[in-house]
Amino acid sequence: MASELRYTANAQLEHLHARYTGTGHADMTKYDWITHQHRDTCASIVGHPPLTSYLAIADGESIGRVKFEMTERMLQPCGPPPPKNDE
Amino acid sequence: MHLYNVTLQAPSAAPQAIVGNFSGARHQEIIVSRGTRLELLKPDATSGKLTSVLTHDVFGSIRSLVAFRLTGGTKDYAIVGSDSGRIVILDYDPKTNAFVKVHQETYGKSGARRIVAGQYLAVDPKGRAVMIAAMEKSKLVYILNRDAATNLTISSPLEAHRNQSILFHITGVDVGFENPLFAALEIDYGEADQDATGEAFHDAEKMLTFYELDLGLNHVVRKWSEPTDPRANFLMQVPGGTSASAPDRFDGPSGVLVCCENHIIYRHMDHPQHRVPIPRRRAPLDSEERGIIIVAGVMHKMKGAFFFLLQSEEGDLYKVTIDHQEDEVVSLKIKYFDTVPVASSLCILKSGFLFVASEFGPHHLYQFQKLGDDDAETEFSSSAYPQHGMRDPNEALPSAYFQPRGLENLLLCDTLDSINPIIDAKVLNLMPTISDTPQFYVASGRGARSSFRLLRHGLEVEENISSDLPSGIPNAVWTTKIRADDPFDTYIVLSFVNGTLVLTIGETIEECQETGFLSAEPTLGVQQIGDDALLQVYPHGIRHILADKRVNEWKVPKGKTIVQAATNHRQVVVALNSAELVYFELDLDGQLNEYQDRKAMGSVVLALSMAEVPEGRQRTPYLAVGCEDQTVRIISLDPDNTLETISLQALTAPPSAICIVEMLDAAVNKTSETLFVNIGLTNGLFLRTVLDPVTGELTDTRTRFLGTRPVRLNRVSVAGKSALLALSSRMWLNYAHQDSLHLTPLIFDPLDYVSGFSADLCPDGFIGLKGSTIKIFQIPKIGQRLKHEVLPLTYTPRKMVVHPMNGLFYVAEADHRVYGADVVQDALAQPDLKKYDRDVLELPAEVFGHPRAPAGTWASCVRILDPVELTTVYRLDLDNNEAAFSIALVPFTTRDNELMLVVGTAKDTFLAPRSCTSGYLRTYRLLDNGRNLELLHKTETEDVPQCLMAFQGKLVAGIGNALRIYDMGKKKLLRKAENKLFTTAVTSLSTQGSRIIAGDAQQSILYCVYKAAENRLLVFADDTQPRWTTCQVMLDYNTVAAADKFGNVFVNRLSESVSSLVDDDPTGAGLLHEKGQFMGAPHKTSMLCHFHVGDIITSLHRTPLVPGGRDVIIYFGLHGTIGMLVPFVSKEDVDFFNTLEQHMRSENLSLVGRDILSWRGYYVPVKAVVDGDLCEYFAKLPPGRQGSVAGELDRTVGEVLKKLEMIRVNASGF
Repeated sequence: MASELRYTANAQLEHLHARYTGTGHADMTKYDWITHQHRDTCASIVGHPPLTSYLAIADGESIGRVKFEMTERMLQPCGPPPPKNDE
Repeated sequence: MHLYNVTLQAPSAAPQAIVGNFSGARHQEIIVSRGTRLELLKPDATSGKLTSVLTHDVFGSIRSLVAFRLTGGTKDYAIVGSDSGRIVILDYDPKTNAFVKVHQETYGKSGARRIVAGQYLAVDPKGRAVMIAAMEKSKLVYILNRDAATNLTISSPLEAHRNQSILFHITGVDVGFENPLFAALEIDYGEADQDATGEAFHDAEKMLTFYELDLGLNHVVRKWSEPTDPRANFLMQVPGGTSASAPDRFDGPSGVLVCCENHIIYRHMDHPQHRVPIPRRRAPLDSEERGIIIVAGVMHKMKGAFFFLLQSEEGDLYKVTIDHQEDEVVSLKIKYFDTVPVASSLCILKSGFLFVASEFGPHHLYQFQKLGDDDAETEFSSSAYPQHGMRDPNEALPSAYFQPRGLENLLLCDTLDSINPIIDAKVLNLMPTISDTPQFYVASGRGARSSFRLLRHGLEVEENISSDLPSGIPNAVWTTKIRADDPFDTYIVLSFVNGTLVLTIGETIEECQETGFLSAEPTLGVQQIGDDALLQVYPHGIRHILADKRVNEWKVPKGKTIVQAATNHRQVVVALNSAELVYFELDLDGQLNEYQDRKAMGSVVLALSMAEVPEGRQRTPYLAVGCEDQTVRIISLDPDNTLETISLQALTAPPSAICIVEMLDAAVNKTSETLFVNIGLTNGLFLRTVLDPVTGELTDTRTRFLGTRPVRLNRVSVAGKSALLALSSRMWLNYAHQDSLHLTPLIFDPLDYVSGFSADLCPDGFIGLKGSTIKIFQIPKIGQRLKHEVLPLTYTPRKMVVHPMNGLFYVAEADHRVYGADVVQDALAQPDLKKYDRDVLELPAEVFGHPRAPAGTWASCVRILDPVELTTVYRLDLDNNEAAFSIALVPFTTRDNELMLVVGTAKDTFLAPRSCTSGYLRTYRLLDNGRNLELLHKTETEDVPQCLMAFQGKLVAGIGNALRIYDMGKKKLLRKAENKLFTTAVTSLSTQGSRIIAGDAQQSILYCVYKAAENRLLVFADDTQPRWTTCQVMLDYNTVAAADKFGNVFVNRLSESVSSLVDDDPTGAGLLHEKGQFMGAPHKTSMLCHFHVGDIITSLHRTPLVPGGRDVIIYFGLHGTIGMLVPFVSKEDVDFFNTLEQHMRSENLSLVGRDILSWRGYYVPVKAVVDGDLCEYFAKLPPGRQGSVAGELDRTVGEVLKKLEMIRVNASGF
């Protein structure tokens, strides 16, 4: 009974993870977490017009360039993932 | 503490703009997103001017905006993507002048999130569907259609999600009436996230994907997906499909333009690609490695042809054309068009205008002079390259160049002023002789278009004529038409002590005899009466001058004189010195008849006024009489009860003028004009009351103080509507703009007498008297409440400081990725410099920008400017790649309190991560009363000095994560005390006593104390939550108001007990050994107030805005917002406004469907701040809702409106 419950709960959880990108889970690595954080941050900056203006003024770039570079950065904001040690 | 937030000036940035037939009429309008507001602009095709028709706060953040038209429709809708998690379709209703929400569909959570759609919008060009997408994954397609009653309908959303894909741009593809197709530029990060070697990251391909909406299956499929240039950033729709009239003729080849770094590629499914380079400036200092991207673009379709205007990040416009045979592209061509400011959006109007919504600075409207068809500009065509430029897609095409030049194809028509971005500001009164209110001094703009602006509250006045009269000093002036249907005035009548002078307005203004006016007597009133007659009132009678110059005269009985007169097109009332009123009315034959009775007032009449005759009526039924016994009486002119007193209002002083004016105030009456009785008193007060049109009662009195002289009131016309000009020691204009009333001062020398003036060249002007001088003037920018005076700057201003004695400003300017003046001069001095290189280097920077440089290169200067004269007094360019970041004036005790200028600079600065080879504190002595500088010494620092402040005769500097106190030395500044325990970087400072309040870039506000005895600098209190602070101001010794990078403003307070504990500890030893709480300081501050403004606040000030007013907090936002936070004084007010706000929130006023409470509590729940902007929308509610909200508050609607106006006016005068 208990295992069954766990099974359905997991299925729901997996469904939720698939649906809400960026949701954390118990086995999340530090790399996963920080990458999600950075992607969220980049997306938030692009989504708030005053923030893009703010960065553009500081950096001497156009707003279009700031948005573009910020979006590009979302591909891999924190470098490559650490190598997996599969024993 | 409770605060009331009011926006004084709405943001003037324009992150997006769209064009369309929103009103459904033939002409096009522009809708501009102001970030948190929507504004509708109407361009006038004949005059080339833009007028703002409607502005609406949406209480949310607008992220995307598109115009949309149903197939075969004539009216455009605006679709708004925002942070509300909802798609909203807006319709502009020209009748009520309002945006109407047609549809609002919820699809996700609120907030600008990564996977919640709203960032991108694309419509099918045939108006059948819209796609709304997020930064990642989510793409929703809504099918739009019309029902039997031709109402717009919206379907439930169809998903086109794709996991782990980041979206760069989307656009609709023009496929005619085939299934709607959307193109998306996306990249998949799934593999890169798994691959530790980094290979997958390098090989990640940017895909151009076409999503097809299958209308038959009601389903979205990924139809086609192909890799494209890895640096692609922008898509443009290419016309396609066949027209209904000629089914075998293609409008265009269909497909998209993929704009990449340095290239533009034409792409379509199963068609060959075409690629052209983006031409770049042939600039001698430029490096080839720096790529160019397209940041804005517009496609324009004309009869049988189309072209694109694309704009690079440097502001250069390119004209792109496509040669095609049916649906096959022959060649893609690009050439330089013109250079305009870098735009966030470009809009082409069918009437031949280009609207450029600038990303920073003013927005411009240009007119097309030509389309660059037959000029000498080099055109680059894809057919000139092997395989249309796609032989090796990974290899760049050879660079293409052009020579930038002045405007050739465009002509500037109009400019919408914008103070976006405000980087620093001061609120001071530096003109005490002419103004009793403070002015705003604002450093705004970016790069070479930066400016220093002086903003004064008031309307700008443009003086057309000022001429001296040879004969004496007139005491009054009128203008009049001759016939009722004349478009313009013909006569100017001047009244002197002993005579009257008549001038005619023709090509010149000259004296005129033979007008029928009596010239030997002074004049009391002039009126065009009936269809074609004139009327002159003089002390001993009334002259009715008929069209054939016959004169009917009415003479005053012997021993009496006329003291006051009120006239309109059909009625005349005069008051005699015996306190009697005589009433005349025009009969149907055009004869002026006296009413049989005279009305005895019992008190000397000081002022009289009548409204204009309402359209289609015989007479206006009310007369307002101001008497010496400090009353104003409303007297009936109705035939049933002629000259009976209807109502009476007591005053606090004798009236000096009365003027009844009908104006449209939506707060009182939304559909028709309201009669206002305006009363000016001898003590300078101005009263405005509403005259009930049915009962004649006076209700809802509002009072304003206008000046020190008795108020004089004149009825004038502004933009074709009646308005009121009030004269006292200042001039004020009371007018209706966008359905609400404004009372705004005019920035002009106060005049003695003013009247309206309408002539061919000056249809909405005014004529005024000042001594023996006649002035004719206009008010060009109705609706703009702050007058801008501008001084251009060279680089982006970073910080400024004002000299306490002589009022000069010291501005630190710095620009990143730009070559400094010294580098440009060196390059120009090269003997072998080619001519075109020289031409490029000598291009005006304010149009073309400074020469671009790689990251880490800075251009910077320190400027001394006179803020009143608006002149640069002195400019010091920094060399050596140093950039100025901070500036302070410090009176050093060790130098007899001599004021020194300290500028914090850094060399070879990189921003992320922050680094520099060395920071410097440059110390300058002020020469020539602060108008010149002499360098004393430079002190090296290890990090960027981001903020400087004078503190107890020393300098306190925030240098990276250290806070340091410096004293003056012979060769350097001497380090006295230091605290290096700040987490990120100290960005702002303020002080009182021995307390220093430091704002950290990420860790909110920290309270420090300097213990001089032990020379210790200790942090003793901090905030409980991290905040990315931008600026701060101390409200009192324990309280600080600060703002953060996400648009919040908050107030923190230290408890009194901690404050005295710290002050009572002479050495700070107790503090030093106290244990920190939660890895921070030993004490914590508590948050008193919190509010989300929606714009990044860059400076905060605590000052009164009106003479004798209370202190308010004034804030300046990056996007050009100016607002204030007014502290409430009474508990009742807090309760009242809280309840009002609560009711207003439930009215669902957000045009983007954002929950207003959650918008104001975006990051932290709103606390103890009432949203005044929301409360003020009470005036715009429908009357029924107004009544019920007011009922809930146990007040009348008028009382609520009055309270709203009073809190704004008493605090700001706006």
